Amino acid sequence: MITGTPKPIEEILEMLEPYDNIILAGCHGCVTVCRVGGEKEVQVLASTLRLAREAAGRKINIREVSLERQCDPEYVEQMRPYVADHQAVLSIACGAGIQFLAEKFTMTPLLPGINTGFLGVTERQGEWSERCQGCGDCVLHLTGGICPVTRCAKSLFHGPCGGSVQGTCEVSKDVKCGWQLIIDRLKSLNQLENYGKLKPYKGWSTARDGGPRRILREDMI
Amino acid sequence: MKSGSNLEKVLAAGHFSVTAECGPPRGADPEIVRKKAAFVRGNVDACNVTDNQTSVVRMSSLAGCLLIKEEGIEPLIQMVVRDRNRIALQSDLLGASAMGVRNLLCLSGDHQKFGDDPQAKNVFDIDSMQFIHLVKSMRDDGTFPSGKKLEGAPLFFIGCAVNPFADPFEIRVPRLKLKIAAGADFVQTQCIYNMKKFKEYMELAKKEGLHEKVKILAGVTPLKSAGMAKFMRKMVAGMDIPDEVINRISAEPKEKQAEKGIEMCIEQIQELREMEGIAGVHVMAIEWEEKLQEIIGGAGLLPRPVVE
Amino acid sequence: MLPCTGRIDESLLLKAFENGADGVMVVGCLEGDCHYVSGNIRARARVNRVYAILDKIKIGPDRIRMFNLSAGEGSKFAAYANEFVGKIRELGPSPINLVRAGQAHAVSQKETT
Repeated sequence: MITGTPKPIEEILEMLEPYDNIILAGCHGCVTVCRVGGEKEVQVLASTLRLAREAAGRKINIREVSLERQCDPEYVEQMRPYVADHQAVLSIACGAGIQFLAEKFTMTPLLPGINTGFLGVTERQGEWSERCQGCGDCVLHLTGGICPVTRCAKSLFHGPCGGSVQGTCEVSKDVKCGWQLIIDRLKSLNQLENYGKLKPYKGWSTARDGGPRRILREDMI
Repeated sequence: MKSGSNLEKVLAAGHFSVTAECGPPRGADPEIVRKKAAFVRGNVDACNVTDNQTSVVRMSSLAGCLLIKEEGIEPLIQMVVRDRNRIALQSDLLGASAMGVRNLLCLSGDHQKFGDDPQAKNVFDIDSMQFIHLVKSMRDDGTFPSGKKLEGAPLFFIGCAVNPFADPFEIRVPRLKLKIAAGADFVQTQCIYNMKKFKEYMELAKKEGLHEKVKILAGVTPLKSAGMAKFMRKMVAGMDIPDEVINRISAEPKEKQAEKGIEMCIEQIQELREMEGIAGVHVMAIEWEEKLQEIIGGAGLLPRPVVE
Repeated sequence: MLPCTGRIDESLLLKAFENGADGVMVVGCLEGDCHYVSGNIRARARVNRVYAILDKIKIGPDRIRMFNLSAGEGSKFAAYANEFVGKIRELGPSPINLVRAGQAHAVSQKETT
């Protein structure tokens, strides 16, 4: 899923300074799973903001909504009947959802309530970690199903570097060395010969480096 | 001759070669480089100039190389792939070669979090392995990676680094093998304190015949004090300093520890000279360049040979 | 009516403050003795989160507190309740209530002029 972390409340309150009447929009997709932007989080954030604003002597009216997803036009359109009744939308969906709302409701300021993070997995409730960089040229079949671009801090293709110590990356003892993981996995799969091959230089033009990306499936249009 | 560099010639002639390291200053003052160069001149076959080591910004390696070249020392440029994409790397290679730099060390580079600019973008467009391959193809094929012809191929004696003390141990020799396949001509190892482990590493390397395919220069760093040894053991990832080494230098009173450190370094170089497969030594006397003559001379390696 | 403190969530607790509570006291079973196994453990985590939120927005984190008791500890309950009420009296009305009182005063002032 796409993960994110809540923006500090002070930052959100600062963004809300010009407004007295907003929509707070959550999403039932990824951000619900990582407990940052779902219906529950909308309720808690709305209460928090109302309490903080009223204590400061300036009430705020918040319409609490939670869309199925903020990245598909059908669900976003559901907001259209009432969006103009409010001064701004504070969205706690991912950056894609927030931007999509902004595109669809061009007359309404869109405010981000979370800092969108990475494509990741749930290690356990409360702990999510990064797995994919969306490089557009997947080589997981060559590396035992572990991504060198994402899991190695230096995105090496022939790691590990000299800073790998006891399976830990030099950047932090909380980060596993991606290449130690790859080598261990290749060993258990009997695929160590995959390591011994010189890999071609990575083509980053399929990643964000090539410019903002687009998928066009002509067979579907 | 691949590059015609002095280091290449000395190694080809079968001499036990000597390289050292110069860290450029944290500023634009060339005098600092010239002062260090004065201690290095005459004691080495080539001198490395580091490239923003530990991600701490210093004068560029290329500039440092040109300054020491003016002082009569053969430079060895270090290039990390942390900060430059393949466009900048190719460009810098052409520039360095044009300015007469003939030795190159291809490195990954420490992660930027260690320096003063941990917020900097993480480049790593190609890794050090692919970089070695890039230099080799430019040098030997005379073309860019795109296939277009170069107006003058860069001439480099290509080096790589290895750390026999990093994990996992069992991948270290296969990784060296890959670097040789990619095009490495010589190797400089991370500084060695654990001779027992290093010998284990060399046994595995020799089994694959790697010592005959590439020139291996063993890295040493003289200890200034017991404190320095303990600090390095604790703080530097991939550093293996056995208790015997720490105990030996700690046994000396503080004012005698530096002298002991030099004595231990000289002994170590002499031991390395006796080992099969070791083609030379890389002395990293960081911020202690004034001791280079004493160490290299003490190990019986002066004067340096002159090979035409 | 709640069967267990495990049914309480943060939004319910915050709503109480929005509705004018000066303090909220959550009373659950002794830890390890929850009738529904671990409801009181979840409640504790949620109360802690609300505590942190109230602290962040300067409402006064001590206005929420969880106590663990068994159903038979009547006198203890009374003691805890008195302690908590005493604490809230000490803290005074919640900032929300102060603002509302001030406004009510201003409104009533307006009406008399």
